[in-house]
Amino acid sequence: MPGLGTSFGRGGATTAQQDLSNADAILIMGSSMAENHPVGFQWVMEAREKGAKIIHVDPRYTRTSAMADVWLPLRAGSDIIFLGALVHYVIENSKDFRDYVVHYTNASTILREDFRDTEDLDGLFSGWDEEKKKYDPESWLYAGAPPKKEAGSVPGHSEVGGGHGKDRGGEAQDTGKYESDPTLQHPRCIFQVLKRHFSRYTPEMVERFCGVPQDIFLKVAEIFSSASGPDKTAAICYAVGWTQHSKGVQIIRTASILQLLLGNIGRPGGGILALRGHASIQGSTDIPTLYDILPGYLPMPFFGEESRTLGAYLKKHSARTGLWSGFDKYFISLMKAYYGDSATQGNEWGFHWLPRVTGDNSHFGYWLDMADGKLDGLFVMGQNPAVGASNGRLERKALAKLKWLVVRDMVETETASFWYASPEVERGELSPDSIATEVFLFPAAGTAEKAGTFTNTQRLLQHREKAVDPPGEARSETWFMVHLGRRVKGMAQQNHDSQNDPLRALTWDYSTDGSEAEPRVEEVLREINGSSLVDHKQLGHINDLKNDGSTKCGAWIYCGVFPDESRNRANEREPKDLLGHGWGFAWPNDCRIIYNRASARPDGSPWSERKKLVWWDESKQEWTGLDNPDCDKKIPPQAPTEIYNGHGVEALGGAKPFTLHPDGVGWLYVASGLKDGPLPAHYEPLESLIENPLYNQQTNPVADRKKRTDNPYAALHDARFPFVLTTYRLTEHHTAGGMSRHLAHLSELQPELFTEVSPELAAKQGLRHGEWATIITARALIEARVLVTTRMRPLCINGQDVHQVGVPYHWGYKGCVTGDVVNDLLVISEEPNVRIMETKALTCNITPGRRGRGRQALNQLASEIGKRA
Amino acid sequence: MSVTAFLTDSTLCIGCKACEVACKEWNGIDDDGLHWSGFSYDNTGSVGASTWRHVKFVEQPPVPGLGGNAGEQTSWTFSSDVCKHCEEAGCLEACPTGSIVRTEFGGVFIQPDVCNGCGYCVTSCPFGVVERHSKDGRAFKCTFCYDRQKAGLVPACARVCPTESIKFGEIEELRTHASKRLEELRQRGIHDATVYDPRDTTVGGTHAIFIVRGDPRSYNLPPHPEVPTAYLKKAWTSSVIAAGLLLGGTLLAFLSDGKRNARKLRR
Repeated sequence: MPGLGTSFGRGGATTAQQDLSNADAILIMGSSMAENHPVGFQWVMEAREKGAKIIHVDPRYTRTSAMADVWLPLRAGSDIIFLGALVHYVIENSKDFRDYVVHYTNASTILREDFRDTEDLDGLFSGWDEEKKKYDPESWLYAGAPPKKEAGSVPGHSEVGGGHGKDRGGEAQDTGKYESDPTLQHPRCIFQVLKRHFSRYTPEMVERFCGVPQDIFLKVAEIFSSASGPDKTAAICYAVGWTQHSKGVQIIRTASILQLLLGNIGRPGGGILALRGHASIQGSTDIPTLYDILPGYLPMPFFGEESRTLGAYLKKHSARTGLWSGFDKYFISLMKAYYGDSATQGNEWGFHWLPRVTGDNSHFGYWLDMADGKLDGLFVMGQNPAVGASNGRLERKALAKLKWLVVRDMVETETASFWYASPEVERGELSPDSIATEVFLFPAAGTAEKAGTFTNTQRLLQHREKAVDPPGEARSETWFMVHLGRRVKGMAQQNHDSQNDPLRALTWDYSTDGSEAEPRVEEVLREINGSSLVDHKQLGHINDLKNDGSTKCGAWIYCGVFPDESRNRANEREPKDLLGHGWGFAWPNDCRIIYNRASARPDGSPWSERKKLVWWDESKQEWTGLDNPDCDKKIPPQAPTEIYNGHGVEALGGAKPFTLHPDGVGWLYVASGLKDGPLPAHYEPLESLIENPLYNQQTNPVADRKKRTDNPYAALHDARFPFVLTTYRLTEHHTAGGMSRHLAHLSELQPELFTEVSPELAAKQGLRHGEWATIITARALIEARVLVTTRMRPLCINGQDVHQVGVPYHWGYKGCVTGDVVNDLLVISEEPNVRIMETKALTCNITPGRRGRGRQALNQLASEIGKRA
Repeated sequence: MSVTAFLTDSTLCIGCKACEVACKEWNGIDDDGLHWSGFSYDNTGSVGASTWRHVKFVEQPPVPGLGGNAGEQTSWTFSSDVCKHCEEAGCLEACPTGSIVRTEFGGVFIQPDVCNGCGYCVTSCPFGVVERHSKDGRAFKCTFCYDRQKAGLVPACARVCPTESIKFGEIEELRTHASKRLEELRQRGIHDATVYDPRDTTVGGTHAIFIVRGDPRSYNLPPHPEVPTAYLKKAWTSSVIAAGLLLGGTLLAFLSDGKRNARKLRR
């Protein structure tokens, strides 16, 4: 989550769900929290019952809107206009929390003279290279920051690859001797730049292009900004309704700016809660299943000069000040965990054994390679891309190009059965006779059938025990990976090719238990926590990590979860307070609300009695309070800042809450670390009905469209696709359906794919409630039952009615309830920072009646798409 | 042994249906069939033999600027329905086999091993809760989680409700809570909320109390539920009178006829 990562330092929710009950207002946007996070939603309900105002902004009136005090319908994809207008409102009406803004954000920092904003360049920032279609971000730096040549590497982003590594908050190793103006008056100070940048994001804009009437917008702006300040706090909850856009990171950035201006970060009842899509998704970026980061958000080395030697790599990614000054400790300890005794100073701790990233190896990157026949084999675990991924037709046809496919799941998913049950087989595009892919389906153990740890949406590690043995030959993922690793390592021992050196060096000595040789999962968590290689004791704190190879640690951010041999803090279950201390372990250092130094004034006393969280205890000479302080416990608030020439966290002094940033403050403006600009600008979705009202630049210039004949786009004003399409999830089903559509008790609750349309759209298109409709995009057509509801409504956008079509995406061709694959409608596209696809705002057509069967469906699609625009 | 009840507060219900699923999982009930109804997000229809907890979805056109918690309107409300466990239970009184009994917790329980499937209870329920299972033939409904309560556990639906919309506890405490809650809602500007606790009707109160917004009828809650046996005495009295009248009439007919015949004979 670079949106949060670059703004605050860590790519995780800043608060805990329980803490929402302390809020005075909660804005839920880009999420239907009541539907998709019903258990966590109890804390929103509790806040509401205590008098907090709940605001829900969503194209549809959902179960969340039904619980909110205020619901605002919004044109899908116009989020930055809406949020930008909130920022504009806060600045124009002086609603910002000025003391917080001056001390805890980079509002006062002065930018370089050669920086140009989107206001100056009509939708582009300075540094745009039209040929390479990317930015050179040097002009975005603070005035006084060392330029490219001096720093020895490009500040900002890597040449290739995604942006997950930037979760750690940019790559500005050294902020240099930057200038600042605490009065916030300097024309080049960030506050003034921000003010100019959002000057055209007005309530009128919101009314014309989001579809939200001005008076309602102003009512919400007033509610939210008035619920912030020394005595009050307001929180924001979002989910993939923000992420899955071609500018998702920048939507989250706009929310971060708003929360920093209002002083809502690091304080009880404030924060931004990133609601993760399902269990342990936070965990799967912390201990990543991503191609471009290593555990703990350490960047993967990319092929090139900057990763040729360990020294160059460490130099690029370390910072002189702040927590990233310890980058070498985190990285070398990880290498010691990977390679044990084989990692020595002489071989640069095994740095050369790490593979180098050479291109886009994200899901879509390698899937398109697969479609082009460049991939031999694939493991699919905990995923059902035949249903869950964009442009399903392309995805499934790509599977047929593999030599072998391994699927591990609890049921035979659509991915495992693509070769005989997919729509492509029905339509004659694929035939089981001619598919050479050998498919191996391994039965997987369910959640209750294996022990292990989840890391939930609020960075909380929770251990769970196994309740029952898995049936038959079903095994846990840990079992599969440990035994696969043993075999692969065994093969490497027989073969002395140098390419097998890393496998031979890899420590893989996990012990197993019982007749099924199930690995002991706590051993893995102990290794992740880390230990000393001198006395072999578990490490208790991140500060214990060393850069001399005397400690090993699987993920520095989790350090402290297993502080001694027998104490697994993830398995502790005695909550002592509202924030849940005593129940599980929240990274880092069991802080439930991170950056909580900001809950106290610069002098260390709470901003108010009502909103106190941590404070400086004069008598004990340490930070104390209701949460573990997210700063050095012993550094007093008066400790001076020595950012210009100091080193480490100490250099930040005692009043800088955002310790991962080299300047210790929250970033209203992100000088480096994002590929599409230091400030959020509104761009229209890649498929849109209207022209960008703010700039000539229509869409995010850096978004990767992956345009090809089997991944086509609708053009602007494309008459074939006159409506907005948005996809979403329902409470009753789980993502691609593997865990819900095979269960009768869940399937009966939502047995069939339906589409939600307004009565106006139904009348316009001749759709009848309960009957069938065909939905068509440039990629595919699907059929769904029609649910006409006033919960959908046409919006008046720039004088014209814009109709939105809503479709939940859970169905597929296996299970006890089946239906067309909605994601077939979507286009493969990549947001530049995280390479996520746009699922929330596209264009479509909808017509009454069912789609054609078999080959007819293809003919129908061809004729629909062939229609003249 | 305390007398217990459910208090289902629909102002807190988020329509997640966890109660429906937990009920079916705990009690091992069948699904209702995999049929899409097109009625909002409700595909299980109503409480019946295979759905003992049921979340009802009531849709009204929403107005931008007002969410469901606004005092002015109710746009999409959800309420989890269940057997009311009446004090004067029609089903229990109608049951000819003695299958339906009252438990020590105040609930009404159908003993499946005694039920013969006659269906008298079905027509006797003023709430339309009891239903005969289409395949099995016997009558089924919420057991008030008798097995769980016996073991000191909270009923499955109340246990899983994430927002405490379904509360379970001692009945008088819940009644006090309900009236306090109503006051709280009024203070928040929500004036259309009511407590549904039909004590002044012939069912004599229930062990499932509800707080709903708007007309209780929208939630399958009849304003004046009546237990059919309330008319038993009247019915018997009427029958006796009717029988008496008939008998009297017949006698009269014979008597008058006899006189006429006698006159004929005299002629």
